[in-house]
Amino acid sequence: MDIALEAVQLGKRYGRRWALQGCSFRLPAGGIVGLVGPNGAGKSTLLHLAVGLLRPDAGDVRVFGRSPYDDPAVLPDIGFVAQDTPLYRDFTAAELVQLGGRMNARWDAALARERLGQLGIPPKLPVGKLSGGQRAQVALALALAKRPRLLLLDEPVASLDPLARREFLQSLMGSVTDSGTTVLLSSHLIADLERACDHLLVLRASRVRLAGAVDDLVATHRQLVGPRHDGEPIAGVGAVVRARHTERQSTLLARVDGVVDPDWTVHDVTLEDVILAYLGDGETDTTRTDWEVPA
Amino acid sequence: MIEFVLDARSKVNTYVQLIQQVKQALRVGLLAPGDQLPKVRDVAQSLAINPNTVLKAYRELEIEGLVEGRPGVGTFVRRTLGGPPLADQADLRDDLVAWLRRARTAGLTPEDVIALVETTLRATLAADAARTEHASA
Repeated sequence: MDIALEAVQLGKRYGRRWALQGCSFRLPAGGIVGLVGPNGAGKSTLLHLAVGLLRPDAGDVRVFGRSPYDDPAVLPDIGFVAQDTPLYRDFTAAELVQLGGRMNARWDAALARERLGQLGIPPKLPVGKLSGGQRAQVALALALAKRPRLLLLDEPVASLDPLARREFLQSLMGSVTDSGTTVLLSSHLIADLERACDHLLVLRASRVRLAGAVDDLVATHRQLVGPRHDGEPIAGVGAVVRARHTERQSTLLARVDGVVDPDWTVHDVTLEDVILAYLGDGETDTTRTDWEVPA
Repeated sequence: MIEFVLDARSKVNTYVQLIQQVKQALRVGLLAPGDQLPKVRDVAQSLAINPNTVLKAYRELEIEGLVEGRPGVGTFVRRTLGGPPLADQADLRDDLVAWLRRARTAGLTPEDVIALVETTLRATLAADAARTEHASA
């Protein structure tokens, strides 16, 4: 399997705070990968490292085997749309397509014009005057005109209304079918990711919490309901991700690796259940102590 | 040509939903041998779903012998889906009706019946699987 993006013990520090730490994963070429995590978890930092805008403070990140910060020769293979799709707002869409041709060695202006024409984007209007959805489509068309092998999108639909969001994802899925581009896309909208992504990367508190193929993640996790449980091992359960208890009953979201002890009622989970469990676990004790309130 | 729709509330996998819709179309005669399935790109774009999901569904249908992919052209229906003979089902249905009447006489509510069927089905399948394993060991 070809690897599009690989991180090994990757870390990035701003001052004394690690924005990303001990981050290791491999993303297969041809996949559409969802990047999920709370604000401040390190998603944008990871994307900026992958496009070579930041230099790692620890470990290594590689795009098709090359370091984007040290080896600019790999940059033409990477497309990047930053958060809120920044564009030169006084330029028209037609001018931006032309500008892209001057600034990139590989540039498919015809592809960009065809896409923008199909979407009904006015070519002669400054992009600052377009709607948010249209601007996002212009940014996507420009990123795709590079014919990148890896496309990085930082919350591309966060500021769009539901219809524009749908249209953006439709044109993304359509063009990815044609080009076979690997996509890494950060979003808070789990329903969108569930449809669009075949792989998932979950970040929380600067670390990778979960990485894998969506089908595997859903197939290997279950919700278990049973008698009050205090941490003793359960047959068929590899790891308990999240546990909730009442006096008599426990509800667990767990990674299973065999036939589960019949004392437990087993329910299938959705990708959303899995993501929420991994985002929600962890320790709240520190903040409680900091605030001098009882845990 | 058929058009796929997705039930976003459903816990059924997207690719399984696509497979089910093709099979349903075959059963009711909306699709016949020689008909073309929607192109992968069109399905991915119109539903805003991962093209690999569509490919996976089409591949599964191909493995079952229901459709065939012609490189560069598209995916076409090979054969139609015939259900099991109706006569057998009628017998089974009569047995079930008689059993349901006995269950009602015994005081079982519809919920009791469903719970009993589900637990018995699970237990029987597990017991049969264990017996097959035992026999082959």
